[in-house]
Amino acid sequence: MVVVKQECETCRMVVDVLAQLAEATALTVYTQDDPAFPPTVTPIHDHDLAVSWHHDIETVPTVIRVADGVEVDRTVGWVRDQWERVTGVGALGPDLPPFRPGCGSMSVDPDRVDALNVAFGGSVFSSRRIDVAAAEDDIEMMFTRGWTDGLPVVPPTEERVMRMLTGTTRAPADVVATVPPDLFDITVEKVAIAAVMAGCLPEYLPWVLTAVEAACTDEFNAHGLLATTMPVGPVIVCSGPGTRAIGMNSGGNALGQGNRANATIGRALQLVIRNFGGGRPGEVDRATHGGPGKFTFCFAENDVESPYGTLAGEHGIAAGTDALTLFAGEGPRCVVDQLSRTPDSLARSLAACLQAMHHPKLVLGFDAILVMGPEHARVFDGMARDEIVAAIGAHLVRRGAELIRGADGIAEGIPEGFADVPEVPKFRPGGLMLTYAGGGAGLFSEIIGGWANGAIGSAPVTRAVAY
Amino acid sequence: MTASGTVILDPTSEQHRAERELRARPRSIDGLTIGLLDISKPRGDVFLDRIEQRLVEHGAKVNRYKKPTFTKPAPVDLRHKIATECHVVIEALAD
Repeated sequence: MVVVKQECETCRMVVDVLAQLAEATALTVYTQDDPAFPPTVTPIHDHDLAVSWHHDIETVPTVIRVADGVEVDRTVGWVRDQWERVTGVGALGPDLPPFRPGCGSMSVDPDRVDALNVAFGGSVFSSRRIDVAAAEDDIEMMFTRGWTDGLPVVPPTEERVMRMLTGTTRAPADVVATVPPDLFDITVEKVAIAAVMAGCLPEYLPWVLTAVEAACTDEFNAHGLLATTMPVGPVIVCSGPGTRAIGMNSGGNALGQGNRANATIGRALQLVIRNFGGGRPGEVDRATHGGPGKFTFCFAENDVESPYGTLAGEHGIAAGTDALTLFAGEGPRCVVDQLSRTPDSLARSLAACLQAMHHPKLVLGFDAILVMGPEHARVFDGMARDEIVAAIGAHLVRRGAELIRGADGIAEGIPEGFADVPEVPKFRPGGLMLTYAGGGAGLFSEIIGGWANGAIGSAPVTRAVAY
Repeated sequence: MTASGTVILDPTSEQHRAERELRARPRSIDGLTIGLLDISKPRGDVFLDRIEQRLVEHGAKVNRYKKPTFTKPAPVDLRHKIATECHVVIEALAD
């Protein structure tokens, strides 16, 4: 058998060869496009590309020798001696050049292949299929069912989910995690559905899967993070060469809009919690104000240029490994210091702003991530990560008497029992975490304030990305 | 695809949380044991002390319990303990 398409110049070139073969041997020609091509033989129209798909045709023309219903040999394109070998017919196309490459088969056309995989591949999905009525707008239907975060989502058709699953080697039925608040087990398939809805590309899927795994741990406590009245959500800090491979932004506007990977990886995690976990605002989500970071908050560290490594490295992941850290945090706030040119001056500035995080008199109960921009980091002049944290931390210590309830005329504060403690730090050990991201201009840093930390709330969870 | 239009895959868990029917509300709390669960929020004890006082005035016996942290659901063992030791639960959340 031979598979051809009229659009292919090589296929048109071998029309007379096909006639030659039809006389010499039992020949079946399948045509992918023009039902009447080639006119020299009587072709069969592979109208739905079923024959091409089932025979893994990637190139036309493809010549396959079949014996007793089984393929025994094949060749692609036009190579005279190979055609003669496969067909067993000599002196083919004596006027033709000896070699001419073929063209792409319609069955591997990127616009068609996903639909063909769904049609002929045997469904790999266990999710319920929902028909969208012809008169119904699929985007509006997703809003109506409560499946969006307030922005439109991409309808998770079988074709799109199938394509998304090419981003992982894991089987669709693999269980990824137990998702709060409803605590049902989520499969790779359901995560892929959320990733499609969020707008992810398949190559983002391993990051989404890893983020879901990290979020659904007892240490991270996604249930409490969802339920809290504070304006916090999962913050995803990514690092490693894979961040560049998928085009994440670690430079200008890294914490902002406009980058597909940054935006959609964080959004996919939140859609998992909303749609699969059942965590919705006004229900289990009891946030007083919420915050824009709860749509999505995911960025990459500039680990190539970072003078002090990565946050994942701080948490024990080897340099050069694709990894992410999940942090329970609020939206970022800016530290402006355009005048400090010494580490001590800048450390004091950063400390003054960090002391105020959530409340100047509330200490030890909340962690923070400090996202230093290149211009601020440069002021620290090659100091190591722990040296910078220590320099800032030196100015984040207060007398207990200044922080207790009622001190300074403010009822809020730490318990009176701290009154005689001479030095109370703002952060617990490891509670102030450094990252490096942002554009080349701007003497700014960003503070991402955390939620209740440690065993009573949430601990940062760092995981290598599993592909 | 179908003749009618697009087919999409369900993003939800496709499962339903188990729901149990509430028991009938008691006509009187006199002589009943009522559990009060402190979720470990600051000053929650002040509120619960007052509730306990009022309930005792109406003849109830009050058992006090406390979650390890307000950020996580009560541990299974604690929930079981409350269920076996009390006649009545008042469910409420103050923040």
